[in-house]
Amino acid sequence: MQMQARKTGVWKRISKSKSLYFMIIPCMIYTFIFSYYPLTGWIMAFQNFKPAKGYWGSKFVGLDQFRFLFGDFEFWRAFRNTVAMSLLNLIFGFLFAIVFALLLNEIRHSGFKRITQTVSYLPHFLSWVIVCALVQGMLASDGIVNEVLKALGATDKSILFLGEPAYFWWVVVFANVWKEMGWNSIIYIAAISGIDPALYEAAELDGAGRFRKMWHVTLPGIRSTIVVLMIMNLGSILNAGFEVQYLLGSNGLLVDVSQTIDIFVLKYGMSIGNYSLATAAGMFKTVISVALVFGANAIANRLGENSLM
Amino acid sequence: MTQPYPVMHKKRFHIHTFDIVNVLIMLLVIVIMLYPFLNTVAVSFNDAQDTLRGGIGLWPRVFSAYSYEMVFKNRLMMTAAFNSVARTVLATVLCVFFASLVAYVLSRQELVGRKFITAYFLVTMYVSAGLIPTYFLIKSLGLLNNFLVYILPGLVSVYNVIVIKSFIQSLPESLSEAAIVDGAGHFRCYWSVILPCCKPVLATVALWCAVGAWNSWFDTFLYAPNADHMTTLQYEMMKLLSSSMQTGRDTSSVFGNNSEQANIITPVSIRAAVTIVASVPILVVYPFLQKYFVKGVMLGAVKG
Repeated sequence: MQMQARKTGVWKRISKSKSLYFMIIPCMIYTFIFSYYPLTGWIMAFQNFKPAKGYWGSKFVGLDQFRFLFGDFEFWRAFRNTVAMSLLNLIFGFLFAIVFALLLNEIRHSGFKRITQTVSYLPHFLSWVIVCALVQGMLASDGIVNEVLKALGATDKSILFLGEPAYFWWVVVFANVWKEMGWNSIIYIAAISGIDPALYEAAELDGAGRFRKMWHVTLPGIRSTIVVLMIMNLGSILNAGFEVQYLLGSNGLLVDVSQTIDIFVLKYGMSIGNYSLATAAGMFKTVISVALVFGANAIANRLGENSLM
Repeated sequence: MTQPYPVMHKKRFHIHTFDIVNVLIMLLVIVIMLYPFLNTVAVSFNDAQDTLRGGIGLWPRVFSAYSYEMVFKNRLMMTAAFNSVARTVLATVLCVFFASLVAYVLSRQELVGRKFITAYFLVTMYVSAGLIPTYFLIKSLGLLNNFLVYILPGLVSVYNVIVIKSFIQSLPESLSEAAIVDGAGHFRCYWSVILPCCKPVLATVALWCAVGAWNSWFDTFLYAPNADHMTTLQYEMMKLLSSSMQTGRDTSSVFGNNSEQANIITPVSIRAAVTIVASVPILVVYPFLQKYFVKGVMLGAVKG
């Protein structure tokens, strides 16, 4: 009896807000087509997929594609490059954004502060193609970086930043820091402005100078923001971005250090036409990423920070 | 308070030098952020042959707008500019509409199954099928070499939905309640009560959508690499960049670099001009939206 009442209650509630469903269901269908349905393509990873034969006609090979993938030197090299560049980007991205936010916070002239901030966002709005073109110009043999280094006497001959595998990861870090430092600092600047001014006054009464206030008040004040963002970014460690690597690192010499998992997928899938292997690699990446995101979220919860999901 | 006077004095001096050093660091940041761009502006307005001598800084040495003339006279470049503008305008309008629509529905308490539907959208943020399955989907939908491929795939952006939803949830409930009691349907309530209150967050999301659409080249590269009618400014820029990466600094295919022309246009100058054309529209807009997107970043970070 009560069941019955509850059931009609649900339907009544649904029909009462019918229009909500008219609004959301088309969007859900859309999302199904563009986000859920392609997941069926993962079948390819367990097949020797031939486009002419389709999903049903292609031969199933079980885990052979994965077996091949995990035995493939090139795949592990791509894996290494991805993780290395992500970690470097993560560490230096955080470092520069935090230091920039701290220093900007110490600027007293509000107009100058605002202009600096606005200018620091500029590269974020440029596309990676343009950023790569600008970075290429900066790092060219007659570019500004080499000119400055020469003027400072740090080097006599131009350094070929873009031709030397040993420099490539640092070029990627440089491009990322240049593009995103200002943008990533937004959140820290906001967090800093939320710190209770009374804390600074107390520190001042205790005789703390500028640096000690930064170290003992400002940094602890944004600690939780840093920790949460750090953890969440660790969750996306397999997304090293691929545009810089693709645009500046496709030169034969650099492939050894520039090829990421995404480029591996692109190469095997689109250029070579080995769709099954490429799908397997992409699937590997998605599965690991999801595990990392959930792991990161669990850690954030355990540390008592706000859950992000 | 027993500190001797000279120490106080020293401390004050110390603060002073820190301020000066800090301002200098910030000036250095400004220079590093602006120089590459301003240098490109100078190169784009400099005479192409003169540029080859090197040493262009922040100001053109021999002024010439010829590179721009060449860009604007080039049929392919004009197609690219048209496509870039068209996809940006369409994608921005639709992306803001759908993101706010979904956000409104998900913010309604009376939605039965709200948790499930929210999760249904959230999952897609983390689980993606990947490049190859998506390519086959696009192909089977007949979107290869089709302008719609620039619009359809990104229509409902879950991240933007979350940002708008947290904004809507921060609005007073009485707002929409009053509209619903007055007998307005949900669509009316969304369109004429909630949307007008969301202007700040919509401005942020619109900026993000516009930047994303304007700056993307990878979809052209994947789904229409050889279709001239589908090209965009960023894709043309990508072609110029990769041809210079392959061969050092030399030929650009688009502008037919035959020998008579070679002494008046060069890839370096053309590339500089295209860089400016492809980035100025966004750079003109973003400073005015600064106060909005700073808030938007915060909303996204809280529940990202």
